[in-house]
Amino acid sequence: MMDRRLIENFDWSIIWVLFAIISIGLLSIYSALYVQIQAHPTNNLFLRQLVWLAVGMMVMCCSLFIDYQKLRSLSPWIYGSVLLLLVLVLVAGKEVNGSRRWIEIAGFQFQPSEFMKVVIVLQLAGYFSSQDVPGYPSLGKLILPVCFTIAPVLLVLAEPDLGTAISILAISTTIIFYVGIRWKYLAIGALSILPFIMPIWEHALKPYQKRRILILLRPDLDPLGAGYHIRQSKIAIGSGMLWGKGFLNGTQNKLHFLPEKHTDFIFSVWAEEWGFVGSAVLILLFCLLIFLTLRVAGRSRDRYGSLIVVGMSAYILWQAIINIGMVIGLLPVVGITLPFVSYGGSSLITLCLAVGMIENVSMRRYVFQTR
Amino acid sequence: MKNKKPIGLKIINWESTETVSFQRQHFALYAILLVFLMIYLLRLWHLQVLEGSSYRFQSENNRIRIEEISSSRGIIFDRAGVPIVENRPAYHLVIIREDIRDLDGTLRELARLCERNPDDFFAIVEANRTTPKFMPLRIASDLDRDCLARIEAQRIRLPGVVIQLEPKREYKWNGTAAHLVGYLSEITEAELRSEKYQGYYPGEDIGKVGVESAFEQYLHGKRGGRQVEVDAVGRRIRLLDEVLPISGRNLWLTLDMDLQRTAELLLEGKTGAIVAVDPRDGSVLAFACNPTFDQEKFIRGLKKDDWNALTKDPSHPLLNRGSGAAYPPGSTYKAFVAIGALKDGAITSTSTFSCPGYLQYGDRRYRCWRDAGHGGVDVERAIIQSCDVFFYNTGLKLGVDKIAQYANMFGLGERTGIGLYGEHPGLIPTSWWKKQATGVPWQRGETISISIGQGFDLVTPLQMAMGYAAVGNNGKLWYPYVVKRIEGSTGDEIAEIKPRLKRSIPIEQRYFDIVKKGLTGVVESAGGTAHAIRDPAYQTAGKTGTAQVVHVAQGANRKLLEKLTKAKDKDHAWFVGYAPAGDPQICVAAIVEHGGHGASMAAPLVQKVIQAHLKGKTEK
Repeated sequence: MMDRRLIENFDWSIIWVLFAIISIGLLSIYSALYVQIQAHPTNNLFLRQLVWLAVGMMVMCCSLFIDYQKLRSLSPWIYGSVLLLLVLVLVAGKEVNGSRRWIEIAGFQFQPSEFMKVVIVLQLAGYFSSQDVPGYPSLGKLILPVCFTIAPVLLVLAEPDLGTAISILAISTTIIFYVGIRWKYLAIGALSILPFIMPIWEHALKPYQKRRILILLRPDLDPLGAGYHIRQSKIAIGSGMLWGKGFLNGTQNKLHFLPEKHTDFIFSVWAEEWGFVGSAVLILLFCLLIFLTLRVAGRSRDRYGSLIVVGMSAYILWQAIINIGMVIGLLPVVGITLPFVSYGGSSLITLCLAVGMIENVSMRRYVFQTR
Repeated sequence: MKNKKPIGLKIINWESTETVSFQRQHFALYAILLVFLMIYLLRLWHLQVLEGSSYRFQSENNRIRIEEISSSRGIIFDRAGVPIVENRPAYHLVIIREDIRDLDGTLRELARLCERNPDDFFAIVEANRTTPKFMPLRIASDLDRDCLARIEAQRIRLPGVVIQLEPKREYKWNGTAAHLVGYLSEITEAELRSEKYQGYYPGEDIGKVGVESAFEQYLHGKRGGRQVEVDAVGRRIRLLDEVLPISGRNLWLTLDMDLQRTAELLLEGKTGAIVAVDPRDGSVLAFACNPTFDQEKFIRGLKKDDWNALTKDPSHPLLNRGSGAAYPPGSTYKAFVAIGALKDGAITSTSTFSCPGYLQYGDRRYRCWRDAGHGGVDVERAIIQSCDVFFYNTGLKLGVDKIAQYANMFGLGERTGIGLYGEHPGLIPTSWWKKQATGVPWQRGETISISIGQGFDLVTPLQMAMGYAAVGNNGKLWYPYVVKRIEGSTGDEIAEIKPRLKRSIPIEQRYFDIVKKGLTGVVESAGGTAHAIRDPAYQTAGKTGTAQVVHVAQGANRKLLEKLTKAKDKDHAWFVGYAPAGDPQICVAAIVEHGGHGASMAAPLVQKVIQAHLKGKTEK
């Protein structure tokens, strides 16, 4: 069943880069949670992350075996059921810090919105590679993919989880751009949204919602929350200087100045302890990973395969860009984690699945097909 | 050969398919990647290399602090705008250990200045050993003026010592309407974790009972804070940013403070409650319970001993006797039995029963309160003279479940819905209830007891006030309410709370007229049980009640018994009444625990409250 060519075409370079990034992630989480690990050596989030990693690797291996072509007919079903789960979360989800994102099944909690990021890629790739949708599709052909995107985005926004909504939007947009979009459609789209912005802002949004959005754009409006976090994050990163303070020597991190340090702000922990050299290495590793995955997209056998790969790389690319951008104070703080580095089970497993899909396409780029 | 394809196999090569058309977009993605790479590396170079040393300095002397600014809680006014509960400034002693060079010495010095035991301060510091040293730590709350002055004078020698200003609750009329207004106490750890108190901080006060608790979400404001840069000894150099606190909303109660004070003075030296409501809308005019408690004590931080003393006090000062305690209603219950029996056809306005002073039922003799008996009485006279035998007979004809059905209509046996913590639902027994609760079926003899409000019957004074209000206003049972207006602290946003009708009681006007005539006769006619309280200025309607605490044995000499019984075994005295009888503006229920006779003990209290309300209004 397993063709020799499948193994030959497996892209090992992606895996080596991935392992490098994951190692950096584990080192950073270990440092960020050092106090907790000392207190509870047998039960802490670091050990749990190792378990998640093992699960993720298994998911990645499993995802290699199914020929991605078979997903073409399955993806509408998967998409539909994840969409249903997103509705379920709003109805019966577990509320944490004022938002409903988690669903509990058989004692395991997970975020359906994470899986949506992979599922939307399969769904859009399937749509754009079908017979009757050409490159540079006409306006009529764009209505459906826009709906595919808007539905989960609205559901996730209702949780509310702005970060995930932005991720899904960025992934879909990248795929649509990749397929090709005419400039005039872009103009039409922008012009048709524009007149609604002011009325929505004025009437539909409650004052606290407006304030939240304003704070995202200008953290200095919330100096005790987001503004304080960004200031502390910048101090942490800057104080790393060229070579860093050394592993486990980050003071910002130790003194609890950093918020969400093992999730959203994990980059600051790494940058404080390993300096400019460390942070440059991590950024370059991400670039290399994206470069290698995009190479798979260019080489893939068909349009469906390359769209899947582009979507998956966009997932990693945009999350990395937005996360690093926000901790170094260039982008608003929206709660997006750093792929493979931040703590988090649902996100790590989904990312492993994404890499698995990329390898899946890579492995099947030359395949003998029986008629 | 050249044109021949291998049969059955097809090689697909990406270069020959449509993927090529994606090349432009492919390069666009690489370009995006490259642009972000350059920007981010430059930014990191700027942060970590060019400005690195300045950030390194900041991280080693992390001098940016968050200081909190407390918000003030909403003020509570009475219906006329007299403030009942306000706020005053309190000064707390706070230390920042990171800025203190000699912690032991500083703590000793502070203890000397405050005239306190230094060991208390050491204990607090020890308990907070694990909290970060830069976090402010409160070691003494609500300093008095002298102590504050002494510390302020020495501040320059005491780096890391901070005086924190916080608005504190001030009960202007300490103990007045305490059960209705409630009190505050520090939020517990469990409450901090609960969903209800999201956004609260440790050390904040929350309402525990009464209006303070029920309207917590309005009264509680939102704490603000400032981001400041401080120097090596913790002095503020620069204000970086500030968020102003949001004050809580003010509440206007339906209470009339003059009436409330009148009711409380009347209760002085007695144990019991007076509840006054407006029968036209259900608003609560007065809500007095005695004994009451010291609300300020909770604010200053209740010591364990104080708490134990309060909860173990045999007079139960924390008990809300107005709505949180239930008593047998005694004869005040008869009005509901009468109207139910009329409506149900068990009796008519002309039905009479003869009262020889007792009712023989089986081998038991149920006595009327008047040993000589009342002779033949109809329902009106039975109410006026409170004839027990008439109601024994009526109750037997109506039956326990019908009695309960009509009592329930008037809101007895269910929570009134005033929305205050710990409301007692009371108890109106049914045959089903008794079987469920005790396993023993209902005995008909028990119907005789409950017909005059004895036996299992339990009601709260608030329920009685609302029930009589519904009699007086011909069948409108209101939800009682205490807060009539919620306004923003600046007075810009105002929400008026509207009265809510619980139900319109489906009983014909003519039956109301008969019962109301009887109730008016209780005070106004010469033979009425409460004729002594009559005020010629207006007509008063009402009903006396004497709820037995100890069962009186058959054939005992009642007069002698009353002299012999100890205070704690004396009957509870009830009176519930409204005025003016024709168009009631106030309905008052009063109970005096172990007060003896309703007519002599409770009725005068009710009349004085009614007088204060009706006459006070004409004077104004």
